[in-house]
Amino acid sequence: MIRNDVFKTLIPVISEHLVVCNIGAPSQELHALDDRASNFYMLGTMGLSSSIGLGLAAAQDKPVIAIDGDGSVLTNLGTLATIGNNPQGNFTLLIIDNGSYGSTGDQPTYAGMKTDLAAVAKACGAETVQTVSAEDTAEAVKAAIASDQTTIIVSKCESGNVKVPVIKTNPIVIRERFMEEVRR
Amino acid sequence: MATTMDHQIVEDLKAAGIDYITSVPCKQLAGVIEVLEGTSEIMHMPSNKEDEGMGLCAGAFMGGMKPAIVMQNTALGVVVNTLATLIQFYQIPLPMLISYRGEVGEPVACQVEMALHTKAILNQLHIPTYHFHKPEDAAELPGILEYAQMASKPVAILCDASFWRASA
Ligand SMILES: Cc1ncc(C[n+]2csc(CCOP(=O)(O)OP(=O)(O)O)c2C)c(N)n1
Ligand SMILES: [Mg+2]
Repeated sequence: MIRNDVFKTLIPVISEHLVVCNIGAPSQELHALDDRASNFYMLGTMGLSSSIGLGLAAAQDKPVIAIDGDGSVLTNLGTLATIGNNPQGNFTLLIIDNGSYGSTGDQPTYAGMKTDLAAVAKACGAETVQTVSAEDTAEAVKAAIASDQTTIIVSKCESGNVKVPVIKTNPIVIRERFMEEVRR
Repeated sequence: MATTMDHQIVEDLKAAGIDYITSVPCKQLAGVIEVLEGTSEIMHMPSNKEDEGMGLCAGAFMGGMKPAIVMQNTALGVVVNTLATLIQFYQIPLPMLISYRGEVGEPVACQVEMALHTKAILNQLHIPTYHFHKPEDAAELPGILEYAQMASKPVAILCDASFWRASA
């Protein structure tokens, strides 16, 4: 399964919740599969999906799922320490670990080599960390949303992207409609 | 030890409704951070790097809070992309309380290098910039904080060594 296949299984689980989605192909694929006001597409800031998600979870009580990528977490590794030290029971971080920089042509990341992001997350003090197969991801995310613990899920999937259009929605529209969902 | 000015700054932040702050320390900001730690009305969530901190602030803002960041001017070398593609692109109000290292009174030569680029970077990004040089300049802080919310923009408040020394 590639990222887009994982997303297909994930949609019934996350569509009613606040989702912050990673730059590039992940946001574009989620947008093409299930565009929703409750999705915040982070269109240009590699590495910050998890940070935006954590800040959002700290600020209000609704469940928050941040979808990130292995490459993006590697570029902002400090985020795992911040998450580990500021647990928010309503926060789930889903790291789509395809072992590559998918959006830019599937160049390998260190997470696909010797680096174990789940072990790093644990060492950073994160409460609950799981490595799951692509097939088991939706079930794990569902359980994480239901739980009152910060959960980091590292979903091991294959490298690959599907051809989908770029997101043309005005950023203020993305942000405003998302904030309306937060307030709802 | 926190000074009267450190307390005044945090009081102004509180009065402006700022209730979420992330920070990366600087010697000049130690007093402000100390006061923040004891201020229950403001959630203080330290970050490891200032771009990460701005991500936290963007999330807190969308969650209904009023965030601010406390950082050193050298961090402007870190956050250009985040300011442009996150804070400005999505129009997020973000007061940045910035220690302005490398100005007159600076003991560390290396700090001068980023001081030389500080205002140039802020100008290039079209970020409203205020420079506190004397203690009385801080009287403008409440207005600046209100301005950031009104404009939905990041604003920079640069506080130099002369300001901190005269405020001590
Ligand atoms: C600072 C910066 N460097 C590089 C890029 C280019 N870039 C965009 S997405 C991406 C790959 C992200 O990989 P990952 O987080 O693993 O997500 P994936 O697409 O694999 O799901 C890169 C390198 C960028 N947008 N910003
Ligand atoms: Mg990847």
